[in-house]
Parts: sequence; structure tokens; C-alpha cells
Amino acid sequence: MREQFEVRVNREAITVDDTTTVAAAILRAGVAGFRQSPDGHWRGPLCGMGICAECRATIDGVPGQYTCQRWCRPGMQIVTGAASDGEAPDELEER
Amino acid sequence: MPAVPQPVRVLVVGAGPAGMQAALTAVASGAAVTLVDGSPSLGGQIWRGEQSHSRAAAALFERVRGSEVRLLFGCQIVDAPEPGLLLGAAEGKAEWLPYDRLILATGAREIFLPFPGWTLPNVFGVGGIQALAKGGLPLAGKRVVVAGSGPLLWSVAAYLRGRGAEIPLIAEQTDLARLVQFAAALRFLPSKFMEAIGIARTLIGTGLRTGCYPVHAHGADRLTAVTLRTSAREWTVDCDYLACGFGFAPNLELPLLLGCTVRDGFVVVDEWQQTSVPGIFCVGEPTGIGGAEKSLAEGAIAGIAATCDVKDRALKGSTASLFAERLRCRRFADALRRGFALREELRTLPASDTILCRCEDVTIGRLIGHPSWRSAKLHERLGMGHCQGRVCGAAAEFLLGWPMESVRPPLFPVHVDTLASVVPSREHDG
Ligand SMILES: Cc1cc2nc3c(=O)[nH]c(=O)nc-3n(C[C@H](O)[C@H](O)[C@H](O)COP(=O)(O)OP(=O)(O)OC[C@H]3O[C@@H](n4cnc5c(N)ncnc54)[C@H](O)[C@@H]3O)c2cc1C
Ligand code: FES
Repeated sequence: MREQFEVRVNREAITVDDTTTVAAAILRAGVAGFRQSPDGHWRGPLCGMGICAECRATIDGVPGQYTCQRWCRPGMQIVTGAASDGEAPDELEER
Repeated sequence: MPAVPQPVRVLVVGAGPAGMQAALTAVASGAAVTLVDGSPSLGGQIWRGEQSHSRAAAALFERVRGSEVRLLFGCQIVDAPEPGLLLGAAEGKAEWLPYDRLILATGAREIFLPFPGWTLPNVFGVGGIQALAKGGLPLAGKRVVVAGSGPLLWSVAAYLRGRGAEIPLIAEQTDLARLVQFAAALRFLPSKFMEAIGIARTLIGTGLRTGCYPVHAHGADRLTAVTLRTSAREWTVDCDYLACGFGFAPNLELPLLLGCTVRDGFVVVDEWQQTSVPGIFCVGEPTGIGGAEKSLAEGAIAGIAATCDVKDRALKGSTASLFAERLRCRRFADALRRGFALREELRTLPASDTILCRCEDVTIGRLIGHPSWRSAKLHERLGMGHCQGRVCGAAAEFLLGWPMESVRPPLFPVHVDTLASVVPSREHDG
């Protein structure tokens, strides 16, 4: 049996282990809409494999993280629905 | 004094079955091999994050881990600035990856098609829900409708059922007649045949509907039900989750960026898996969707070709059997393509206010009048969001006949800081 630990999803404590992805932890907390699209529609994970970008959320204060590609770690603070999780890639590098 | 010959540097992109096998074969020939993948572990799509693999898979994992292959995970290839050099980005750090021979094993992704409600939370891909389940999503007691097309529907339905989900229905868009033809073609691959029988056993009691597809997902801020259609009727099923995927599209971004010729949606290769660019090989799903066996055979062939001169290749005892195995797999790939060709009706599902590009909320209605992907990209921001067209691209190709024309680096969004962390390429190679 793997060691269990807690992460926080919007302040709610969720028990997970290190084979749990952050996306699964969020869904376990009963949250389905992870972020809002530009027109304000709620969206959640689609592809589960780092392609669609619909699972973005804020992990330990860093917005826009692909939660399906991240493993849970003890004490992680996960926040969904933040406006900054929708930041357009224009604010990132485009060459 | 003669210079000591340097081992040939082989870079393999993609650590699924194709890339793992290519790397192992190349390292056995004495090459210096690096295997890179954007995901956090070995295995690709089929063996992603799974604790208990099949015995064959576990053996392959062990051989790769115990070999001299340099493993680089969580590293996306984002650019190919000059011949012989790729740029990788991993968690805020960039790295130059020089090579003499390059093997592209970039795999495939699911095809998602738009219909009203497909953007609601709790509508997942078929591979998508499996990946989430492997990552710890509990399924006990959940009602999951599985819809779309292809053998993945059955294997995922069986997997979800094993995890305690209730599967009221599997909706396969292809007709029964085609499905029967496909089943007959399974004789080319006995292992697939046995797998199919095993899956069929676990699915007893689950309704399989052929010629059936979703037309509307319902719910306010999350899914509550889905309406399905056959030629005879339309009806609505309550569910917690909808798993919906319409087959696979190859990941062509990197081959296209490198200038490899692509025809009819797949990378063109010669009998040794070499692309139109000398020294660059391509294996697995990007040369044709055929599953893990095809990926393994092609990976082994490219691993030989990338490290041996033409005259030495024939000396490798295994090539004849590898060629025969690849031929069988290609027949299976043809059977897949024919058996699960997407039906015309699927083009008519989106309404004018249905979203095609999820990142930028571009509706189908806004695309009417645009002649091409390029035009819609410039004027409507189609494909300009985070996924860079990886989701809407395949849908636009199917619905509107717009193929992916060109790609621009970076292939994945990269922070400016990450790129700033890398030394100029010329200094690296010395
Ligand atoms: C979501 C999904 C689920 C699937 N589930 C199953 C299943 O359960 N059973 C089954 O038989 N088949 C499944 N398949 C089919 C699967 O494609 C094949 O069976 C098999 O995995 C193909 O092996 P491959 O090595 O060719 O490609 P893949 O296994 O797809 O491996 C390709 C790898 O390349 C990496 N990659 C791609 N581009 C880059 C880049 N630019 N930089 C760095 N890395 C990159 C990817 O991260 C990936 O790990 C699934 C496919 C998908 C898309
Ligand atoms: S669910 Fe698609 S990127 Fe995470």
C-alpha cells in the first residue's frame, strides 16, 4: 500500500497518494468545471494526456498548470476557477 | 594516430512502444542513444502510468531501464532550429539535443468531433477517461456512456467496468456489417483475436449499439445526460460521464516542422522507415494507425537502419521476420481504417452555435465563408489557443476538409524564461 497524504483543492482536504494526478484529485473533490473559457463556459479535462489544455488550474500559486500531467505531492495547494488559468499563449513566447 | 571513432548519436522522440523498441535496437548496435518524451514516464499511450503491465510490456520496460539508453522525461521537443539539432523544454529549462540520426515515434492522439454540449465538464475522451482513471479518478458506481468509434471503446469499457463503473451503453458509429468484416480481419493478428475474445467476455451484459452516435450532451455546468441516435430512433440516457472519441490522428507537428513529406495524413517512409529527409526515420502511429505491435516492428526496423550501413542491415538475422511482422500489422491497420471509417452523418451534428475551437470559443457558424484553415486562423483565431489546433485541427479536417498546412515553433507553449535558460546552439556543439 502506498503512503497516503493530503492535498487541498480549494481549501478542501483530499486524501491521495503519489500515483494520483492533480486532475483526478480535483475531480475527487467533486469539482467538474476546472476553469472558464474566454466566453465564460465551464470546462474540465478532455484528453487526459496533455494535449487539450482544458484541465488547467493553479498549483501552489502557479496558474495555468496542466493538472492531468502532474502527480500529487504532500501539501499541494490546488485552486480551480481562477481567471489567470485562462491566460492566452500570446502572453507566452511565440516566435 | 587515427582518431577514435565516435559512436553515432541517435535521438528518439517518443517513449511509447515504437520509441522504446527503436532505442533498444539502436543501443544494441553500439550507438549513443537518447530517448525523450514530454510525459513524466515511459510507456506512451498504451502503457501510460500503469502499475501492472502485461508481461511483455514489463520485460520491455526492464530492458530499457537496464540499458545504456539515456532517458529524458517531461521534456517536450519544441523546435528544430537547424539540421542535426532539436530543442527540448522541461519544467522551465531548455536543452539542446544534437543528433546524427533522428527517430520520430511521436504517436497519436484521440479525434474529438463537435456536437451540441460536447464541451461540458464530464465529457471526456475514451482514452481520456482511461488516463484519468489510471491517475486515480474513482469510478465505482458511476454511470458511463462510452461512444465514438474503434476497438478502444470496448477495451476501455471493459477497463471501466473492472473499476466498478456501470456502462449502460457502448455506442459505436460504424455499422454492424463493417464491424463483422473487421472481426474477420483479426485473423491476421492472432494476439488481437484472443484479446478481442477476452474483452468480449468482460462486456457481457453491456449493450453494444452499432450505427449509433451521440447527438447532444445535456447539462448546465456539467453533464447529466446524453442523447443518442441510430437510423431507427433517438433517445436520451442519464449518466455521470460520457467517454467519447472517434479514433486517432497522428502527431505530425514535429515531422512537418522537420520537412518530412506527409501524404493522406501520414508520414511517408521507405522500407527502412526513413522519411523523405535523409537520416530522419519515423515509426509507429504517424506512419499509419495500427496499434502497439506495428509500433514495435517498425521501431526495431528503424533501430537497425539508423545504426547500420545498407550492406550490413541484411546481415542482421531478424530483418526478414520483422518485415513479415510489419506487413501483417499493416494489413490490420488497413482493416481498422476500413472498419471504422467515420460516417457522413457525423458531419451534420454541430449546430451553428456549437464550439469547434475550445480554446478560443470559435463556433462553427463563425467559420462559414472562410476558404481555409489559414483564413479562419487569421480572422477568427481558430487554433490559436493553448492546444495549438491539436483538438480542433482533426475536427476541422473532417468537417470542413481543411488539412493542417504548416506548423510553427514552438510546438508547445513555452515561457520566455525557459528559452532564455538555453545557451546558443553553436556554443553547445563546440
Ligand atoms: C489517449 C490514447 C489512449 C490509448 N489507449 C490504448 C489502449 O488502452 N490500448 C491500446 O492497444 N492502444 C491504445 N492507444 C493506441 C496507441 O496509440 C497504441 O496502441 C500505441 O501506444 C502506439 O505506440 P507508439 O509508440 O506508436 O505511440 P505512443 O504510445 O502514442 O507514444 C508516443 C509518445 O511520444 C511523445 N511525444 C509526442 N510528441 C512529442 C514531442 N514533441 N516531444 C516529446 N514527446 C513527444 C508522447 O508523449 C508519447 O508518449 C491509445 C491511444 C491514445 C491516443
Ligand atoms: S486533460 Fe487535456 S491537457 Fe489535461
